[in-house]
Amino acid sequence: MIIGLDVGGTHTDVVLLGNNGLMREIKVTTDSSDLFQTVLGGLEKITEGIEPAEISRVVLSTTLTTNAIVQEKNPQVGMIVSGGPGIDPELFRTNEHYFTVSGCMDHRGRETEPVNESDIRKIADTLKKEKIRNVGIVGKFSARNPAHELRIYEIIKDSFGKVFFGHQVSGHLNFPRRIATTYLNATVRPIHKEFFEAVRKSLEEKGLTVPIHILKADGGTMSLESSIDFPGQSILSGPAASVMGAIGFATDKDDALVLDIGGTTTDIALLVKGVPVLEPLGIRLGNYKTLIRSLKTRSIGLGGDSVVRVKDGKLEVGPDRVGPAMAYGGTFPTPTDALFVLRMVEDGDREKSVKGIETIAKALDMSSETVASHIFDHVCGKILTEARDMTDRINSKPVYTVHELQEGYQVKPKEILVLGGPAPYFAERFEALSDFSVSVVPRWKVANAIGAALARTTCEVTLFADTQQGIAASPEENFSETVDKNFSKEKAIRKADELLKQKALQSGAASIDDLETEVIEDLEFNMVHGFYTAGKNIRVKVQVKPGLIFDAGCLLDA
Amino acid sequence: MLTAKNKTGLVFFPAFDWAISPTHPEREERLLYTRDQVFEEGLFDIEGITELKADFARAQDVERVHFCIPDVWEVTTESHFISAGGAKTVGMAVLDKQVEKGFALVRPPGHHAMRMVHGARGFCNINIEAVMIEFLRAAYGVDRVAIVDTDCHHGDGTQDIYWHDPDTLFISIHQDGRTLYPGSGFINELGGPNAAGTTINIPLPPSTSEEGFLYTIRNMVLPILDDFKPDLIINSAGQDNHYSDPITNMNFSAQGYAELTSLLKADIAVLEGGYSIEGALPYVNVGIILAMAGIDYSNVKEPDYDPDRIRQSSEVSSYIEDVGEDVMEVWQQREEIKAERQGKKKFDERPRRIYYDTDGITERQNETIRICSDCGGALRIDSSSDRRGRVLAIHIPIKACKACREVGHEWYDSANTENFETVLLQDRPEDVLRVKELRS
Repeated sequence: MIIGLDVGGTHTDVVLLGNNGLMREIKVTTDSSDLFQTVLGGLEKITEGIEPAEISRVVLSTTLTTNAIVQEKNPQVGMIVSGGPGIDPELFRTNEHYFTVSGCMDHRGRETEPVNESDIRKIADTLKKEKIRNVGIVGKFSARNPAHELRIYEIIKDSFGKVFFGHQVSGHLNFPRRIATTYLNATVRPIHKEFFEAVRKSLEEKGLTVPIHILKADGGTMSLESSIDFPGQSILSGPAASVMGAIGFATDKDDALVLDIGGTTTDIALLVKGVPVLEPLGIRLGNYKTLIRSLKTRSIGLGGDSVVRVKDGKLEVGPDRVGPAMAYGGTFPTPTDALFVLRMVEDGDREKSVKGIETIAKALDMSSETVASHIFDHVCGKILTEARDMTDRINSKPVYTVHELQEGYQVKPKEILVLGGPAPYFAERFEALSDFSVSVVPRWKVANAIGAALARTTCEVTLFADTQQGIAASPEENFSETVDKNFSKEKAIRKADELLKQKALQSGAASIDDLETEVIEDLEFNMVHGFYTAGKNIRVKVQVKPGLIFDAGCLLDA
Repeated sequence: MLTAKNKTGLVFFPAFDWAISPTHPEREERLLYTRDQVFEEGLFDIEGITELKADFARAQDVERVHFCIPDVWEVTTESHFISAGGAKTVGMAVLDKQVEKGFALVRPPGHHAMRMVHGARGFCNINIEAVMIEFLRAAYGVDRVAIVDTDCHHGDGTQDIYWHDPDTLFISIHQDGRTLYPGSGFINELGGPNAAGTTINIPLPPSTSEEGFLYTIRNMVLPILDDFKPDLIINSAGQDNHYSDPITNMNFSAQGYAELTSLLKADIAVLEGGYSIEGALPYVNVGIILAMAGIDYSNVKEPDYDPDRIRQSSEVSSYIEDVGEDVMEVWQQREEIKAERQGKKKFDERPRRIYYDTDGITERQNETIRICSDCGGALRIDSSSDRRGRVLAIHIPIKACKACREVGHEWYDSANTENFETVLLQDRPEDVLRVKELRS
């Protein structure tokens, strides 16, 4: 049996899946001031009366690290950043104890300026005096050659706790994001480590010694153990849980939109032939643009509990939420109240909804029923517009080859999958207002937790080779080997694939058999010096696609 | 968070799958390290810098500028349509006020492509700046345009296209033609009789460094731009004046290019040449982008940058000052020169022989321009090459006066069926290309 748990802003959803599909589903209230109790409470409740030995896997999607970053409640860390020529690295300052140092690599990973070791020692002394425990070390082009980051580590390693390296967060080239990502990993580490080790300990005390996986923003999982060194990967996993809950019901022939209608927001995601679209570089959280792999999702301030008001004679919905719908004891009319007025929902105090919607009706000089259906259409229409905008933006992403521009795949969603509390009502309306074929994700209320439960381990590997320098390397994977002139793109892909499978196993994949891998970049250039070919420059990127560990179809019959 | 002072739009199209030939300077690898540097600097993440997706230019956009022999498809590849289209995308973003500045970092380049195109010259097939400018004129009604060509090679193609256009100021700063391809671009090449003075050539001596280039911008280019008052300034941003460029002899730097960019304040920059693909382009392009966006570029330097090593000699400095005096004298006397060149003539002729070095084609031209004080003048080009038969190409300028329109049409209608394989009419007021194939 598998447990999936997804912490949301208001509710935490927990499911128990067995061989015959969904066995239990529960919702508990999220206590954001004590997430540990929320998570543990949810896990205790879902396993009541279940033999611990029957549970084989637990997947957790929490808001722990996201909240910690947004609330800026993290301990101080030290950052040592070497920039070299370009934008002044001081402009990428992440925190107080942030030091820019000399030392520089170029685009091919060749040293153009050495590290000044005495500077590093001085910085280490300062950080020690400030009682800094964790440190991040980031160099420009360290994804091409991590030697400087490793050299700095050698100098300071005995004085600090955990040291995070820029070259380990991603193979992508983006120095500012590398700095931000390394910083986030370093700063959320203590809270993440403490929390999940406590969860593991509590479960062990109950006899549950199963592998615990953490959901990532890219819709994949990683083992609790590997998350300790990359805690930043656990941020913003919520939208990913929903998408993973939906993909089992999407066709692999056409493109589709996934809409998760929540209380405060609606999250929009896109599937291309059943596979979710990823952010090209990584997720953004507040002011931090990162290299944390993530599904491309767009969150808009429109949900079942959004405040409805009239401003300058016009209807306005959201983006704010002030408590639940009036039918459930709230103080402002909401789209959910409109559903009550329209008698689409019945399980609350309709009188209160009518009262709230009437104030809007009066202001607009319409009947309550008309206004209610206007509100509902307004919300649905706006969500559809945003979804189309998102599709357009993905289609206008630049490409770099003639071939890609000519053959450029245009995403054309034909289908919408809806999940979240009010999914069925919205689905009906979306279909009426558009040409999409719309369906409600089975178990729409807890599909997010199901998505978390079934998500497979994902990862990505970047490998580059420079046959003039005679190297093939993947600094992120601590891999480097010498190669001869005959090293080719095909060999690079094989090597990268090998590293990818190894990484997937280390990150918690049960086996390499069900991994769907794909090549996402393969470039090979002749490097010419003075009209003669001096070598080949090869860049390869492979990934495990986000997907499910088994067919979600069985849930339909459960 | 880092924010651009000027909203800047970039089209980055490195054409990673296109080359003239495998070891040619214009090959797949050319913008690879620039991409690495631009990505690693995180330029596309800066608030106010937007990456735009290149559009394809259409055949009509090319035909508005060029007479392609035998046709557009024969003298271009897809990559040309994308690099011209990329320039067009950037131009539209600026004119639509989506961004304040735009930079088309595209390849292949275009500034050696002239009005007649029988093949490729100096790695160029179609003139991507001209395709963009003439599109902007047709679609947005842009009038006065200044092009400042800072490629190390004389922009002879752009010069040819705007030779007779008094509304387009073309300024080319380049290494002296006696020492570098294409061997032209002297101060006395100052435009046709109807547009004398609006072509400005500033030939600089080999070994010109930061000081000389910036002197040229401050003391020649900016005063001339002030007088001309263009609606739009385009920079043909070639990067081969760099001290590490393998095919030129100048001593310019990334810092210098960035400062030039911030002095020039061009609305749109379009990449031209530049073949020091590792030592120069990554840094020069980052410098130009930051300068356009109004972001501090003082730390953008080549790893081996040493201002003392590349400093120009006092001989070079004083030579450039002399060039400046000559250039400004021509500019100040442009009205007199124009009157003298027009004289009492009704038409003026210019016989030429043009060599397409990239494709090895020789073309002979005889150009006839109607002398006109009201517009750029109807233009007639009688052209033949060693590959194909004789062609007659007629151009009626976009702001042509009635008389020039009539002359243009008359030339077209009466073209002798025996003598020309093809007769073409670029009717810019109507924005169409008319073609007569006279032998079936």
